[in-house]
Amino acid sequence: MTKNLRVKSSEYIDETNRISFKFNGKTYHGFKGDTLASALLANDVHLVARSFKYHRPRGIMTSGSEEPNAIVQVNPGTNRTEPNVRATEVEIYEGLEASSQNCWPSVEFDIGGINNFLSPFFPAGFYYKTFMWPASFWEKYEFFIRHSAGLGKSPTTTDPDIYDHRNVHCDVLVVGAGISGIMAAKNAAKNNFKTLLVEEKNELGGSTIYENNEFNKIDNKTPSEWLKKEIEELKNIKNLEIKTRTSVAAYHQYNYLLARENLTDHLEAKDKTNKIRQRLLKIRAKKVILATGALERPLIFNNNDRPGIMLSSAIKKYSEFYGVACGSKNVFFTNNDSAYESAISLYNKGINVEAIIDIREQSESKIVKKVKEAGIKIYWSHSIVDTTGYKRLNSISIMKLSNDGTSVTGSKISISCDCLGVAGGWTPAVHLYTQSGSKLKFDEEKKVFLPNQNTSEQISVGSCGGDFKIDEIIKNLNQKLKDTLNINETDFDSIKVEIDQENSKRNIWLLPSDKPIGKTKPFVDYQNDATAKDIKLALREGFRSIEHVKRYTTTGMGTDQGKLGNMHALGIIADTAGVKMGELGTTTFRPPYTPLTFGTIVGRNVGKFFDIFRRTPMNDWHVENKAEFENVGQWKRAWYYPINGETMHQAVQRESKAARESAGILDASTLGKIDIQGSDASEFLNRVYTNAWSKLAIGKCRYGLMLNEDGMVYDDGVTTRLGENHYIMTTTTGGAANVLGKLEDYLQTEWPELDVYLTSVTDHYATASLCGPNSKKILKKIIPDLDLSDENFPHMSFKESKIGNIQCRIMRISFTGEHSYEINVQASYGKDLWEKCIEAGKEFNITPYGTETMHLLRAEKGFIIVGQDTDGTMTPIDLQMDWIVSKKKYDFIGKRSLYRSDTIREDRKQLVGLLTDDPNIVLEEGAQIVSELNQSPVEMLGHVTSSYFSPNLKKSIALAVVRGGKDMMGKKLFVPMENKNINVTVANPVFYDEKNERLNA
Amino acid sequence: MFLINCPYCGERDQQEFKAGGEAHIERPKQPTELSDDEWAEYLFMRKNIKGVQFERWNHAHGCRKWFNMVRDTSNDEIKAIYKMGEKPPSQ
Repeated sequence: MTKNLRVKSSEYIDETNRISFKFNGKTYHGFKGDTLASALLANDVHLVARSFKYHRPRGIMTSGSEEPNAIVQVNPGTNRTEPNVRATEVEIYEGLEASSQNCWPSVEFDIGGINNFLSPFFPAGFYYKTFMWPASFWEKYEFFIRHSAGLGKSPTTTDPDIYDHRNVHCDVLVVGAGISGIMAAKNAAKNNFKTLLVEEKNELGGSTIYENNEFNKIDNKTPSEWLKKEIEELKNIKNLEIKTRTSVAAYHQYNYLLARENLTDHLEAKDKTNKIRQRLLKIRAKKVILATGALERPLIFNNNDRPGIMLSSAIKKYSEFYGVACGSKNVFFTNNDSAYESAISLYNKGINVEAIIDIREQSESKIVKKVKEAGIKIYWSHSIVDTTGYKRLNSISIMKLSNDGTSVTGSKISISCDCLGVAGGWTPAVHLYTQSGSKLKFDEEKKVFLPNQNTSEQISVGSCGGDFKIDEIIKNLNQKLKDTLNINETDFDSIKVEIDQENSKRNIWLLPSDKPIGKTKPFVDYQNDATAKDIKLALREGFRSIEHVKRYTTTGMGTDQGKLGNMHALGIIADTAGVKMGELGTTTFRPPYTPLTFGTIVGRNVGKFFDIFRRTPMNDWHVENKAEFENVGQWKRAWYYPINGETMHQAVQRESKAARESAGILDASTLGKIDIQGSDASEFLNRVYTNAWSKLAIGKCRYGLMLNEDGMVYDDGVTTRLGENHYIMTTTTGGAANVLGKLEDYLQTEWPELDVYLTSVTDHYATASLCGPNSKKILKKIIPDLDLSDENFPHMSFKESKIGNIQCRIMRISFTGEHSYEINVQASYGKDLWEKCIEAGKEFNITPYGTETMHLLRAEKGFIIVGQDTDGTMTPIDLQMDWIVSKKKYDFIGKRSLYRSDTIREDRKQLVGLLTDDPNIVLEEGAQIVSELNQSPVEMLGHVTSSYFSPNLKKSIALAVVRGGKDMMGKKLFVPMENKNINVTVANPVFYDEKNERLNA
Repeated sequence: MFLINCPYCGERDQQEFKAGGEAHIERPKQPTELSDDEWAEYLFMRKNIKGVQFERWNHAHGCRKWFNMVRDTSNDEIKAIYKMGEKPPSQ
């Protein structure tokens, strides 16, 4: 029988709307407005998780995104399942299911709990120390460690939800809708700043909205009443947009922030479909006002992690906001007055508060007096030395603190309780502030890190800026708003504030126990099970830097990034090492502030939208004719066209033979095309290509090789002179964008005096490459008027013509070694051109071929492919292409590098042909080449770059780069493979038609 | 993510731009006159400063113009932006 711990109907909980949900397979009820945490607590469920390392039972500690313990798997086993979700952030809905993580078989009985009893054997650095020896065993250790590591289960099926990205621009972004955020947003918007207010929770008002200290007043109202009125007024303000359930994940430079807007996580499954689940807002703000508030700190004492031990502020929120009592016998443990407010909250609702343990000697504030009057026992100068209760707290032991706070004295008093609220003071939430690059400074009096040096237009207001009392908050907020918004007055200049003054402070980072520290478990990082003992061990072992201690002990390395315990870790290090906290500095807070789903990060860029792809105008024809495609850069290129169930090898052999024996046709539309115009166009080409261009006649084509300044081959292609001052350059498919960029760079920065204009026309033209001995006859059929004689239209020349009414540019150039034509038409006529060629070529059995056959045909001719036979370390000399490097030209890009001491070495890798001794063995591309088989280790001389079985030569051929290969013609080398050694002979890379007779066939 | 004030287009997001390394390294006018060491100095040697650095940027997904930027690499503050060929601001 579960207890019902609802204490009072709360205005934030809709008790008429009863919701059933399942936790660990058991059905519970809650109400609309509950979080999973508040609903579980109302059902008296505290034990929700097992800790990461020791598998200790853990309960709900907080009421917000800082929760370290209560991380659950939501909707397990479904396609919407999500691991590592904080129960304190999940809004319940009908049908919600959640389960505990990191426990087996169940959270109630967890086998891993044995680790807790073995904990003396798991000190900090246990893995580093234990699994080092013998080194060769690591792989075996790793197998077991991997199996026991990790939290939660990632979904195994496709995410059904839609995610979105949106760019947002605003004058003022206010992060956090507590009292400071609301006041800041109101003033910004009223002064005509386009303002966006974002709040991670569903409701506005932060903690002030359920503030109950009757001794605090704003304009004679309680802060809660006053703030509700302000929130009501926000609705009527222009220029103000409010987004709730929106958590800022990252704050980058130049006021660029990423926020996740949660749109459907609180809805029932049936209402989630076809809606955007989460949206990533990419916000660029002129000014940022951080009002992120403060997080309450716990206190660090022996066994401070049992289910039932919570933050005092969380108990207050559950009581005031959700109307839930977290226990029936409550105790508070504190170093400041805020626990008294929580105690009064429970007291006012008739819930039993047994005692308050206060490490201070006294406090005279009104709220403390009220607690005394209520008859609640206060133990001044006392500390908790131990707690009991395995799955739920059942008692605490307290002792008197010594004057210096380092030990306890006197007799031990035991107090029975089922819930303990701890209040260790407040830590400003400066995470986003530091992410922006701004710097913090430690305030020795307040014991907090505060914003100190802003790097962008930003301010931190309210408690994240170090103001904790409402009077300070309002006073400083008014001034900061005037300064940053450049306004003379705010809405809140004449506001009247009364506050209950806290007048005593005491901070002890690690509270003493009657036992030696080695026998205690004071947890500092709950999520990663790091204790004060681990931190002290790290210091004893010589770690000093906070960043090293963090990594060694894993303090602050959980999904919560140590939001609760980091300050204590720093304090303990400072105390132990005898340094000031300000000198120690902090660890780095990194985005995201709270975890993001992968869905939010990728947005709509999934499936076919993952990357852009480009298709040629002939694509539909290729698809209809069952082509297989290959990705070349972003292009989808026809790879080969299998017929009657051919394998790739069979199809390529057929296509290659056909192209040489009769006619073939290739879609070459993807080649980069750059239109070059201007009176200095020839001079420009002279400077960017290795060969000479000044004397190229109009209507002629020339192959060019382009280098980097380091002398290495960058790109190649044929450029045609269309007119006196007009060229069209072709580049490799993958290199087009980079070549254009490089040419523009030189024109703009090195040679601005040249009169040259570059335009990318790659997408403007479709290109069909018609090749083979019958290509001439086919072209003649398509354009009967064009004189195709070798005299009128020789190899490496260009004609402008018409196919019917369609204007076309024809280059007689060849990448296969066959007589061939590249026909270019306006892209929209591409498919038409292609179909005309196919139709005209029917009688010659014209065979469409893809990129694989193109590669094979050019390899037979020993033509390189930049990027396949070169890799950024090959000069033209290495490629045995000395013929294309002009000796006469004074300069071109990369020329000087061709005779650097390194580039003239004779033992550089050089391009050669390779023939296997057994003509049927085809080498693997990438296979390594050696000169000795019976030597180990043996020097790798080079590798195979291109390799095919040539149907035209009826043998295997390969191109390779080999150290000193130029002088190895005829030499026997070896290609050692896994199961065999292949004998090869170095050969001339031109395997077919060495005299180029077929070009004019 | 920087907000970069392209001298031709105005303020744009960094994702529209491409960084192009150190600025004011002129390509030698007469490379053939240079020794291996002198050529290597031009080709390979670049500064990597913590502090104020002069660099080239290109508005690659915009006007495609190259320009110069003075940036403090320690905090990514953009101190100045000026067109190619213009004199760098004195530090």
